[in-house]
Amino acid sequence: MIHIIDYGMGNLGSMRNMFKRIGANVTVESNPAELAHARKLVLPGVGSFDAAMGRINESFGLRDLLEHKANVEKIPILGVCLGMQLLTNSSEEGELPGLGWMAAKTLRFPKKDGFKVPHMGWNVASPVRKSPLTLEVGKEARYYFVHSFCVHVEIPEQSIMKTNYAGVFDSAIARDNIYGVQFHPEKSHRFGMQFLKNFSNL
Amino acid sequence: MLRTRIIPTLLLRNESLVKTVKFGKFTYVGDPANTVRIFNELEVDELLFLDILASRKKHGPNLKVLREVADECFMPLGYGGGIKTFEDAKAVFDIGFEKVAVNFSSFENTTLINDLSKHFGSQAVIASIDVRTTLFGRKKVYTLGGKKNTRKDPIIWAKEAEEMGVGEILLTSIENEGTWNGFDYDLVKSVTDAVSIPVVAHGGAGNTEHIHKVVTNSNASAVALGSMVVFQKKGMGVLVNFPNIKINE
Repeated sequence: MIHIIDYGMGNLGSMRNMFKRIGANVTVESNPAELAHARKLVLPGVGSFDAAMGRINESFGLRDLLEHKANVEKIPILGVCLGMQLLTNSSEEGELPGLGWMAAKTLRFPKKDGFKVPHMGWNVASPVRKSPLTLEVGKEARYYFVHSFCVHVEIPEQSIMKTNYAGVFDSAIARDNIYGVQFHPEKSHRFGMQFLKNFSNL
Repeated sequence: MLRTRIIPTLLLRNESLVKTVKFGKFTYVGDPANTVRIFNELEVDELLFLDILASRKKHGPNLKVLREVADECFMPLGYGGGIKTFEDAKAVFDIGFEKVAVNFSSFENTTLINDLSKHFGSQAVIASIDVRTTLFGRKKVYTLGGKKNTRKDPIIWAKEAEEMGVGEILLTSIENEGTWNGFDYDLVKSVTDAVSIPVVAHGGAGNTEHIHKVVTNSNASAVALGSMVVFQKKGMGVLVNFPNIKINE
């Protein structure tokens, strides 16, 4: 069973719909006692970094549960969009430290003429190394992005996809059981569907 | 560079999709769920639904229809029409839409845009600006489906909306809508010059050149298409389609 974590940040309906479409067993859950049964977790997120970290830290039992799932049980966890940024150590968007499960930082986009922020729309994410998440995604795959901050890994091996927008950033990252993706697979047609299929097959 | 987004824009009237000309003269296009299924297969960039009766009839979003739509769609979805409160918008987001468009409501409830963009992010909030040229040749913002003149200048309203925190502007020319004769290029240019957020040009697209022109000359970030994606050709029958247009690739 895949549990999508409902901690009050964003839009979970479409994520659930896509997992259902690919035949995965999925549920949206906010209660840490229920989340404790999860075999896979999706950490979504739309909104600001501090608001999201605040909710994770302040929801009773949630932070401890996530730490346990990620670092003791080591079940697959996928952070999506802001959820990916939360996996990093810090963000230029906020003051609070991130979960720190990835040696990475979340930075502002560099200012560059012709590149409006947020980075909103369809762009390419190129696989840069082998990962179970990028199996059969295809070379012409395009994905839907909406974000104003972007992730940069400190350990190059932990980047699995890269995207160019006013500079290159890491659009998908992985370390052991921890995965993050900047684009919205649930809004990216068959390209995103393949990506989520890969996650549900882990 | 990003692909320029080409956004089929579908008009909901009660439970059906229609297409209008200059905000009037309805032609039945089809059932929302079926039409959306086709757009899903065509892998369109994004879809926008506008409920053209919601504001006038003072009913909120038709959540039943929107839910059917969201269940079928694996692309970004926007909705506009009758969003008057934070709760209206939240219900639409909860279903799986990621953007809401507001216009009339924001005059009545001045904190709405601000609340929405704080909570859901500015990328989730579109200011929908419908513009008509008055008898004196001035361009004014209209609401209630083109019925009510707010006497507001579109450029000023666009700037205000940007300050309030919207992430995008949907700029519709009422005179050009449904005509296939091209966009109001000057109007689009005047607004893209005034704001730094993306402007989606809407109203009048009839061919690929129109789209190129509004992107290249008027700096539109994205284009909303109505007639072109639901009719075979001007004056011809319904055919849900998506033109193969490549800009910035």
